[in-house]
Amino acid sequence: MRDVAVIGIGCTTFGEKWETSFRDLFLEAGALALEDAQLSGERIDALYVGNMSAGRFVEQEHVGALIADYAGLASRHIPSTRVESACCSGSLAFRQAVIAVASGLEEIVVAAGVEKMTDVETSTSVDALAAAADREWEGFVGATFPGLYAMIATDYMHRYPLTREQLAKVAVKNHYNGARNPIAQFQQEITVDTVLRSSLVSDPLRLFDCSPITDGAAAVILAPLERAREFCDTPVRVLASTQASDTIALHDRRDISTLDASVVAGKRAFQMSGLALRDIDLVEVHDCFTIAEICAIEDLGFCRKGEAGKLTEEGVTALNGDLPVNTSGGLKACGHPVGATGIKQVCEVVLQLRGEAGRRQVEGAEVGMTHNVGGTGATVAVHILGV
Amino acid sequence: MSSVARFWRKIPQRYNLIGSRCTNCGRYFFPPRSFCPDCRRTGKIEEHKFLGTGEVVTFTVVRSASEQFQQMTPYVLAIVKLDEGPRLTAQVVCNPEEARIGMKVRPVFRRISADGESGVIHYGTKYVPVN
Repeated sequence: MRDVAVIGIGCTTFGEKWETSFRDLFLEAGALALEDAQLSGERIDALYVGNMSAGRFVEQEHVGALIADYAGLASRHIPSTRVESACCSGSLAFRQAVIAVASGLEEIVVAAGVEKMTDVETSTSVDALAAAADREWEGFVGATFPGLYAMIATDYMHRYPLTREQLAKVAVKNHYNGARNPIAQFQQEITVDTVLRSSLVSDPLRLFDCSPITDGAAAVILAPLERAREFCDTPVRVLASTQASDTIALHDRRDISTLDASVVAGKRAFQMSGLALRDIDLVEVHDCFTIAEICAIEDLGFCRKGEAGKLTEEGVTALNGDLPVNTSGGLKACGHPVGATGIKQVCEVVLQLRGEAGRRQVEGAEVGMTHNVGGTGATVAVHILGV
Repeated sequence: MSSVARFWRKIPQRYNLIGSRCTNCGRYFFPPRSFCPDCRRTGKIEEHKFLGTGEVVTFTVVRSASEQFQQMTPYVLAIVKLDEGPRLTAQVVCNPEEARIGMKVRPVFRRISADGESGVIHYGTKYVPVN
């Protein structure tokens, strides 16, 4: 297996982008990534695109070929593959691209993620997202995504000393970071009060505990490490790429409040990279809901079960803390175009490791981690990147 | 709108809680599985009708739902652990303030949702508290 490096990144702004279509979103991100790598599109050998539900959101399937076509690559006939694992689609596209380059089968590979979610009404997107869980035995009885994560929160708060205020502080922190990220959907700081006064979506989760519905795309370009300096001065190495699965339905899990797939993917990532917890300078975790960030920090091993609320309250996970979590603003403030999220996480870590993260730069960051969840934890992918 | 067959084929499970059980290891499955994840090829699966009684493991009050369910909000959604062991997700018909972890519940046959005004009406199992 060859070592693999990220040689270019590109990300659209995230938000309600009524003027931009599905294919234009991808093109914008792809063009930014090519420009960043100072690479011509003809050099691309293969393309992987993470997308959850173009079929439901814009009534378009077969998006692998579509984006290759609109990227002007139809006449080159490169392999272009759509990868789907709900909200984890982006990370799986990234992982497939890493595998393609590592194996020696391909040289220059694009991993992208794109989701256009605002072309349908909110209730339709809520239903499309619910398809990430078990449609026949969760969605059928009226389980929504916030509803499922709310049941994780209820279980968690019953068993561990997590206060409603501590949960709110996850959102406050992520909005603080988002306010320092020019691509973020929400660039406003909020207070604990903002969260606690927002409307209940699914008890105990309120509107400001939830990530928004977002349009956006992100793309990264991968190359063999030994060739990376042909394209850029600051290649970022992929130190680990892992993935784990679990039961599709939340009710079948061993433990409602622990995402075993996160635990396993995290352990495998540390094993693969030979690194330890203390080596991680920052981590982008899957905070689709505030409770998800709490679980992620614990499941990845950064603290014991039941302690992440206190950690958040003490500022350990803040931008200037010992373990900055979600410097991009996370899914909560940066936005969550589901298929693009995993790629955006990689973009954020690469920016940080290159020292190009501007007002949210973590000083001296050398190793960063991404953690991306599909559904309520049926798929988890973890990546470790380093310079 | 979905085809009738898709829901028709699940009627025994949704109306009467027909699940399955591995006679090799004794583990119960609801919804039914035709393959035991513990015994794998040595497993032997047969049908099992669940009593349906159980207790609430965790719950939420859904206040914002998809279109099919929006008119029912707020409703209590719970994970129920059946007496035989497996857990399932279901609505609990009770006052939202009444819901609590550990609450004993029993199944009731209810209308779950409808495919618009002219589509199929879906029935299935909800739960009510046992006094």
